[in-house]
Amino acid sequence: MISALAIMALGAIILGAALGFASIKFKVHGNPLVEKIEGLLPQTQCGQCGFPGCHPYAEAIAKGEADINLCPPGGEEGVRKLADLLGREVKALNAEEKPKQVAVIDENTCIGCTLCIQACPVDAIVGAAKQLHIIIAQQCTGCELCLPPCPVECIAMVTIPETVDNWKWKYPVTEIRKAA
Amino acid sequence: MLQLFKFKGGVKPATNKVQSVTLPIATAPLPSRLAVPLHQSIGGTPRPIVEVGDKVLKGQKIGEADGWISAAVHAPTSGTVIEVGLYPAAHPSGLTAATVVIEPDGEDRWIDRQPVDYASLEPEAVRELLREAGVVGLGGAVFPTHGKLTASKTVPMEEMVINGAECEPYITCDDLLMRERAEEVVRGAGVFRDLLRPKKVLIGIEDNKPEAAAAMTAAIKALGEAFKEFEVVVVPTRYPAGGAKQLIRVLTGKEVPASKRSTDLGVQCFNVATAYTAWRALAHGEPVISRLVTITGNVGEPRNWEVLIGTPMDELLRIGQPKPDTDGIIMGGPMMGFLVPDTKAPVVKATNCLIAHSPTLFPPKPPEMPCIRCGECARACPHELQPFEMYWFSRAKNFGKTQEYAIFDCIECGCCSFVCPSRIPLVQYFRFAKSEIWARERESQAAEGAKNRFEFKQLREEREKAEKAEKLAKAAAAQAAKKAAEALAAANAPETTVAEPAPDAPSAADAAKRATIEAAMERAKAQRAAAQPKNVDHLPPAVEQEIAEIDARQNQAVMANAAPDGEKNS
Repeated sequence: MISALAIMALGAIILGAALGFASIKFKVHGNPLVEKIEGLLPQTQCGQCGFPGCHPYAEAIAKGEADINLCPPGGEEGVRKLADLLGREVKALNAEEKPKQVAVIDENTCIGCTLCIQACPVDAIVGAAKQLHIIIAQQCTGCELCLPPCPVECIAMVTIPETVDNWKWKYPVTEIRKAA
Repeated sequence: MLQLFKFKGGVKPATNKVQSVTLPIATAPLPSRLAVPLHQSIGGTPRPIVEVGDKVLKGQKIGEADGWISAAVHAPTSGTVIEVGLYPAAHPSGLTAATVVIEPDGEDRWIDRQPVDYASLEPEAVRELLREAGVVGLGGAVFPTHGKLTASKTVPMEEMVINGAECEPYITCDDLLMRERAEEVVRGAGVFRDLLRPKKVLIGIEDNKPEAAAAMTAAIKALGEAFKEFEVVVVPTRYPAGGAKQLIRVLTGKEVPASKRSTDLGVQCFNVATAYTAWRALAHGEPVISRLVTITGNVGEPRNWEVLIGTPMDELLRIGQPKPDTDGIIMGGPMMGFLVPDTKAPVVKATNCLIAHSPTLFPPKPPEMPCIRCGECARACPHELQPFEMYWFSRAKNFGKTQEYAIFDCIECGCCSFVCPSRIPLVQYFRFAKSEIWARERESQAAEGAKNRFEFKQLREEREKAEKAEKLAKAAAAQAAKKAAEALAAANAPETTVAEPAPDAPSAADAAKRATIEAAMERAKAQRAAAQPKNVDHLPPAVEQEIAEIDARQNQAVMANAAPDGEKNS
């Protein structure tokens, strides 16, 4: 009787210690779900979802505080991917989907005020005070955050044109024929 | 006799080669204008080095190679540059690409051609020369040849394969090249041999080209002892035996895995036309400005022509006398080629064949039927893939799954579409899936970069804020310490004791601070008094009055500030 109790107690202590050790040793830092969600977001850091950047939005989605259809740059496909990941219903995007754009500075109007440089979340604008600013097109995410601060409205959004390099083969269209 | 190996799958379409081999190679007439695209090879887009209005000579460099994997482009004839800009490209999209348009002056005047003795040069210099001459793989992939001419450091070079298989139907330009210019092809292969030092050089030719094989064998024999490791190997005709991996497999039995390059297995493969252009570039100083193009299909006179790069396709097709029902041009063969959307597009280094398209020659495909899971496509696939599986997932846009089925190993040879009893355009689905996957890859890389820069910007802003605060704190601390020391010195001077800063130090420091503030105010007052107003001798009364008012205001302010603790001043 005593020995049985002792064995059980010993077992409980050993297993408890093992579990305790494992919980410290294999502790997961951060929320892995947030990282997965963030991986699906387009990282434009535009704030169109109402959160200051993609990471906060991902956190809000993970906590269930935000809907999955708030990201216009991600588009319908982004919503679909998020729905797949989270097992939620696919919803219509709460904004209009736009083709991918980049910002372009009109060189004749820019006064070199540096306000857009400070606004750019991804450091895609180069320039100095009273010097012409230039947007590095490859790094521009098209977030439009540089538009409001510009005092002379010299920044325009331009749709990225289709070239031989970014052209895609189209989905083969199946002809629908009338049954004989 | 060399033991041959087999590759799995493959098909035997009607070769349709006899039409265009009856006539010898002819030189195409000079076109009205030449549009030379800058990007004609894999790798970096060459930068244009000519401007509108420049006079150029035949063979003059007009595009500078950008980066190591890139190749220069040259003016195909002498004339005037009339445009540097966007021009229809020889591309299935029908979009435009950066192009230099030259109006020929008809004189066809060469640059000063400098033949070199490549044997006396360092291998590195030979590779540089080939890059400058714009020598690229003319089999269709247009990979810069110099990039393939470095042997692996770890694996000894066993075999070099010279690809004269030309398995695609209709195309005969390599056949005619080997028949008529075998010696130069062999000499060009000799250049590659000297750079790579393989044990054997195997020239693979399909058995439907006995004349070419005979000509190559004769050329090797004629060149003698220096080319003793060269061997012409006739391989069975089966599409796609001319695919680099298939030919390597047939000749050497080596299977190149997806993750490796053939050099890692001690094999390298070159097209016969590439060897020919390499020899012309070194021994004659002629850069790649022309190539052999088979003009065939629905034309009156199918033939191979020596065509200047940049010749508009519609103009070129006219010399083949297309029949009236011709309704398009296919660039490449019927298996892998594409219908050119804009026939103004120029001939490029990758253009080995133009087929005049007509509804009778290529009847429209009956509509696609559902897949019946017969597995014919998997049996025909020379890369041992499962096209029907890839088709399902491409069709469903489940791109992750297509990659699991190794869609990127697909060489788009078209065997699966050729055998499909339901006439499903399988290759089109695979091309669609591949370009979607590439686009996604580009997007996710851009997103990753944007995320990193965003995080770095946040980090930098935090750091700048912290640094500023630290600097301010440090400055304030330094100031306070200085004051304290001064006060201590002042307090201790009469007693001449070196007392430790006692608990009353703060108050001493305070006193010192107050003393310095007062002293500063005194100094400022003295300065103000000392400063003599200038230009006040002959002032109009209005101004004098104004000055008086200001003085009064200032005095008032000083009085007001002196009374309380001077908070406003700080």
